[in-house]
Amino acid sequence: MSDFLLIMKNELVITFIIFLLLFIKLGRGMKNESLLSLIQFLLLLNVGQGFTFLEGNLFGNMFTNTEQIAFEKNILNLGVYLISLLCSGWLKQHKHLPEFFMLMLSALLGMNFLISSGNLLMFYLSLELSSIPIAAMANFDLEKKASSEAAMKMILSSAFSSGILLFGISLVYGATGTISFAELPAALNGSTLQILAFVFLVTSFAFKLSVVPFHLWTADVYEGAPVPVTSFLSVISKGSVAFIFITVLFKVFSPLQQTWYNMLVILSIATMITGNLFALRQQNLKRFLAFSSIAQVGFILFGISGGTAASTSAVIYFVLIYVFSNLAAFGVVSIASSATGKETINDFKAFYQNNKLLSWVMALALFSLAGVPPTAGFFGKMFLIVAGAGNSYLWFLVIAALNLVVSLYYYLKVVRAIFMDKNENPVEKITIGASEKLGLIICSAGIVLVGLLSWIYQYISQL
Amino acid sequence: MNLLLLIGLPLLTAVGVLLSRNTQQVRSIAFAGSALQLVLAIALIYFFNKERAAGAAAQMLFEQNYALFPSLNINFHIGVDGISVAMILLTALVVLAGVLVSWNVENLPAGKAGMTKEFYFLLLLLAMGAYGFFISLDLFVLFFFLEIAVIPKYLLIGTWGSGKKEYSANKLALMLMAGSSLVIVGILGMYFGNGEHKSFDLVHIAQTGLSSSVQKLFFPFLFVGFGVFTALFPFHTWVPDGHSSAPTAGSMFLAGISMKLGGYGCLRVATYLMPQGAQEYSNWIIVLSSIAILYGAFATMMQRDLKYMNAYSSISHCGFVLLGIGMLTKTAIVGAVMQMVSHGLMTALFFAVIGMIYERTHTRQINEMGGLLKVMPFTMTVLFIAGLCSLGLPGFSGFVAEMTVFMGSWQNADNFHRIATVVACMSIVVTAVYILRAIGQVAMGPIKESFNGLSDASWNEKLAAAILIIGIVAIGVAPNWLNDLIRPGAEIIMNKISGK
Repeated sequence: MSDFLLIMKNELVITFIIFLLLFIKLGRGMKNESLLSLIQFLLLLNVGQGFTFLEGNLFGNMFTNTEQIAFEKNILNLGVYLISLLCSGWLKQHKHLPEFFMLMLSALLGMNFLISSGNLLMFYLSLELSSIPIAAMANFDLEKKASSEAAMKMILSSAFSSGILLFGISLVYGATGTISFAELPAALNGSTLQILAFVFLVTSFAFKLSVVPFHLWTADVYEGAPVPVTSFLSVISKGSVAFIFITVLFKVFSPLQQTWYNMLVILSIATMITGNLFALRQQNLKRFLAFSSIAQVGFILFGISGGTAASTSAVIYFVLIYVFSNLAAFGVVSIASSATGKETINDFKAFYQNNKLLSWVMALALFSLAGVPPTAGFFGKMFLIVAGAGNSYLWFLVIAALNLVVSLYYYLKVVRAIFMDKNENPVEKITIGASEKLGLIICSAGIVLVGLLSWIYQYISQL
Repeated sequence: MNLLLLIGLPLLTAVGVLLSRNTQQVRSIAFAGSALQLVLAIALIYFFNKERAAGAAAQMLFEQNYALFPSLNINFHIGVDGISVAMILLTALVVLAGVLVSWNVENLPAGKAGMTKEFYFLLLLLAMGAYGFFISLDLFVLFFFLEIAVIPKYLLIGTWGSGKKEYSANKLALMLMAGSSLVIVGILGMYFGNGEHKSFDLVHIAQTGLSSSVQKLFFPFLFVGFGVFTALFPFHTWVPDGHSSAPTAGSMFLAGISMKLGGYGCLRVATYLMPQGAQEYSNWIIVLSSIAILYGAFATMMQRDLKYMNAYSSISHCGFVLLGIGMLTKTAIVGAVMQMVSHGLMTALFFAVIGMIYERTHTRQINEMGGLLKVMPFTMTVLFIAGLCSLGLPGFSGFVAEMTVFMGSWQNADNFHRIATVVACMSIVVTAVYILRAIGQVAMGPIKESFNGLSDASWNEKLAAAILIIGIVAIGVAPNWLNDLIRPGAEIIMNKISGK
């Protein structure tokens, strides 16, 4: 019994916080500011408890927990904590603050189950649990039409991808007679029906990861949804799906490696190139980050295609870095847009003049996303490339490497606007709240240190 | 001597600059840091020679090796041989001179916004990248430092530059990044081509050797990738724009140090680790570098802007570096390294002088100047020295370096190499034409009225020029110390090429 509690500790703690919020909502209302501080404190505790874990299986291998999975979960916990800090300006003003966090934590709970799942059924249930609350969250800018449009697009596309996933799962069951991760590898022989089923499964992953050509919902949803939701979607949601994607490919469908390798090559190239080319033209920073995150997923796929233990650690490491760098970028956008309502690249011209700290954090984040040393992003990208290059075609490696250059071009475009361009009336000095400052400091420290402190990667690689 | 000092000191200086309160403090910290770094570089030569004299026969001295990412076999492996020591000295000289000529950087448009600190910070970060590059013996670490040196250049040019600075900064950053992405492909090719034992270690790869198919496949990636940095034709197009838009110290760094990163990489990484690849492609290298030498020289003749002139002449001069490497003889390789040092000092001096002139006359157009010798004798003398060094007058470093390259080239007895050597030699005549014409126009003749009240160089500019001139003359008059430093390193590379 106590084992049961401890193996599922992370999920239980999150559930506990959700219920706590529910009671606070039902009881006498708290002021938003103090409630937000309370939530931030609880989320910090949640990150703290995530460092301890107990390995084991539950419910007939439906639910597994290992050191690696616990670490992945804690990356997500950390991301949610950072979002609660960085977006506090927007959150404080919102009249449905407790509901917002209840939804976000429900999604997080779903992602935790998702990473832990050891069975396609569990996988499906947790994926639903993680995606439906996000659609509700996308609608949280209650007065904005774009926000409800984003929610609508989100729910329709997730419903569609769930349908495909279910179809895939039933085909898997039909072709092999099992849906358990442990029994599947032995039952796979590469027959046409199995490959067809596998294609459906990969398609639903591709929807969640916004891999081209299943990315069309991404940009609109990112632009319409409030910034905390956008950052949650682009970092936490993608990270969790990437984690389970690796497990499914490497552990479950390992007999079909040659098949999925070729699929990944095509998807990765299409994703990198499309993401990069579309990001070149964006003016709205949220859309810009949306397309750049599509391109980043292309790189993650490149790393995954290596198919070795090095790929697993490179992807986990990359997501950890991505949490810091992308949340820092979104944090700056969020702070600026909640203070001034401006969120296009043109508005950020000569931003440096009045907002030095925010500008440096933004530059650091963008350099990290572009993979420029000495930021952690350099190490993240390099390790993905090293992991993927092992058995890659040479031309695939060359395309990936050249895409780094293209992505640098548009990241530099923002840097150029902030530092070099002239502007008649640049953004006024923005006062940064204490918790936002804390969030920015944590992110910047992460961007600088996660790469240079090499034991972090060592720890991940021995998981 | 602990080589970590070489990266630690610039880093500390950069942090110190960030923490300082006013321009005065920024300048003093940057100056003190880079002066100390020069002392370190000279001490390094002293200790290096002492160790060698005491019979230390290892290829690399002062080695240190720390495990960085053991699971990928990435180590922080550093060490120096004579070639790297020479490049470190070059870097220290140029950095100190660069800090000195940027004394009044707050007068630039961007400086008015109170961005002096940032300027020096980026300058020192760039310097750190260069030092790290020259001492690293692990290809991953080497690549890390190579890329560190790119982005500061972008910000320096884009923020403090002149003319179409954003365009130039973008072009430079993207072309250099494209170059380095080819480099990473080449490095990974070696990493995975080394059989079961995957390694980024330069010394290790050199010992075990790579199969000839791997060498032939990946040599072009590495050579072209590094070649972009050192203006390999036809990837030289970032050079004129980048140099002409950069602030003075930026141009000095760019031409003096950054272009040498590429030359060093071509030699140490591409040619040394893939000797068979080098032999396979050496004719291509020779053809491309001969074109660069001649084309650069003729293009320089057409320039009316002093900075463009020096930028194009840099393409021509850096062609000698690649020509020396492509010739694959020991003397030519020694000459190539000497040319790197010599051109680094000479071109930095040239850009420093152009900066001084521009700060006073507010023009860089050659035909708008004249008679400046009368009002600024010191500056013009420096211009003469830089020019004469550039056209290869004996007594200055340019002569020694180019002569060595030609001697080494001539050692190849076949017609192809001889013709290439002759073609390259012809460029010296063209160089003489454009240098003498430009200097004559700027320094002599009747002086324009508006230039009458101009002041001569200030103490910091004089000191900067003096530092670089000492370097140039020390190589030009007594080249042996540099030659002895470089030769053993070149010998090892040559042995590898001839398969001993």
